[in-house]
Amino acid sequence: MYEGPVQDLIDELGRLPGVGPKSAQRIAFHLLAAEPADIARLQDALQRVKEGVVFCEVCGNVSEETQCRICRDARRDSTVVCVVEEPKDVVAVERTREFKGRYHVLGGALDPLSGVGPDQLRIRQLLARLGAADGGAEISEIIIATDPNTEGEATATYLVRMLRDFPGLTVTRLASGLPMGGDLEFADELTLGRALSGRRAM
Amino acid sequence: MRVSLYRDTGVVLRVQKLGEADRIITLLTRQHGKVRAVAKGVRRTTSRFGARLEPFGHVDVQFYTGRTLDIVTQVETLDAFGVGLVGDYQRYTAACAVLETADRLTAEEGEPVLRLYLLVAGALRALADGERDPSLVLDAFLLRAMAFAGWAPAVVECARCGDPGPHRAFSVQAGGSVCVRCRPAGSASPAADTLTLLGALLHGDWAIAEAVESGARRETSGLVAALLQWHLERQLRSLPLVERRARPTAAAVEETS
Ligand SMILES: [Zn+2]
Ligand SMILES: [Zn+2]
Repeated sequence: MYEGPVQDLIDELGRLPGVGPKSAQRIAFHLLAAEPADIARLQDALQRVKEGVVFCEVCGNVSEETQCRICRDARRDSTVVCVVEEPKDVVAVERTREFKGRYHVLGGALDPLSGVGPDQLRIRQLLARLGAADGGAEISEIIIATDPNTEGEATATYLVRMLRDFPGLTVTRLASGLPMGGDLEFADELTLGRALSGRRAM
Repeated sequence: MRVSLYRDTGVVLRVQKLGEADRIITLLTRQHGKVRAVAKGVRRTTSRFGARLEPFGHVDVQFYTGRTLDIVTQVETLDAFGVGLVGDYQRYTAACAVLETADRLTAEEGEPVLRLYLLVAGALRALADGERDPSLVLDAFLLRAMAFAGWAPAVVECARCGDPGPHRAFSVQAGGSVCVRCRPAGSASPAADTLTLLGALLHGDWAIAEAVESGARRETSGLVAALLQWHLERQLRSLPLVERRARPTAAAVEETS
């Protein structure tokens, strides 16, 4: 335990996701030793993230304007929508440079143990997007890219059930295969199960 | 005193993130009751046992006794119940309520709860197999778990005076069926089939339970949820999110929005 303000800072940092007590202490002492100008920039960035960033009214991604950069970009294919859990997943898919469509950010996964049901996610907004013509073009494909874990899989199952009645809509799920370089006998059952159900003809 | 290395079988009730790549896993084990242990590095995609320690996993685990929390050193899967459950949203939500109830009913870590462990594993197996109505499986689990805690509702005799029934009135606060003399104000008057179903689920009589029609099944689910909330004194987070019989479709959601 440290004196007043230092311990307060360690406690606050320790609340952040992925930061354990040791990391919190390390960051706190790094900040303590930093130049005042560096601290001012950090302070400024924190202030702006709360005041200046909104969520895109179309896709739910973080944005500086009412519509995000991707939704405003007329060159992107608005007939294909990739559904992800969090804004960070948009960044991950964008980094592949493979995807030229639009996104829909759910804001999490269906997790009843944490009290998260369909009403807590942006599922209704996704259905509304499918109902309305989106930027002039109808959506013809939904790619479900939720996390390959228990909650992400359950969310995908729920979405598939909701979406299968939309006429002319193709619903796909990201393939999740076995990691390269491994032995089959060491694969865990969830991964192996997914790889089996997603097998393809050769 | 525990030896420094021990092994047990258990069901993964809950996982929480810890630091950058670790998780705290809460398991309900056969011999050691509820165990909270650290699984190191499991959030990295190269981890071999990450997916085995997801909720619903029925696993054989080796632990190392740590200073504060024990540490998972090896995991083998006995039943990957999660694989079947995540493919059916109704069964998934019912299974979540099973895990949360088991977690809430075991306050003490290390206190042996063999019967509850067997009940949880049995309920998850029935839900994953997909042959029985998931709502009935959940209600049977909740009733029998309450019975282990000493909260079995009276379904024939009067909960207060023991007068042999059956009785018309049912009071959650009084502990089940109540006779005309004992019935508190505001008691419910469930259908006779509902009381039959409560009894059948408590005793695991599936032939009788599955013959009961859907109206009484719905009423039973309501009473079971009310009983559980009364005894736990706090609503479960997952129970209101359990999908009962009606499966919403996109059309139904649009109508209500
Ligand atoms: Zn957008
Ligand atoms: Zn009485």
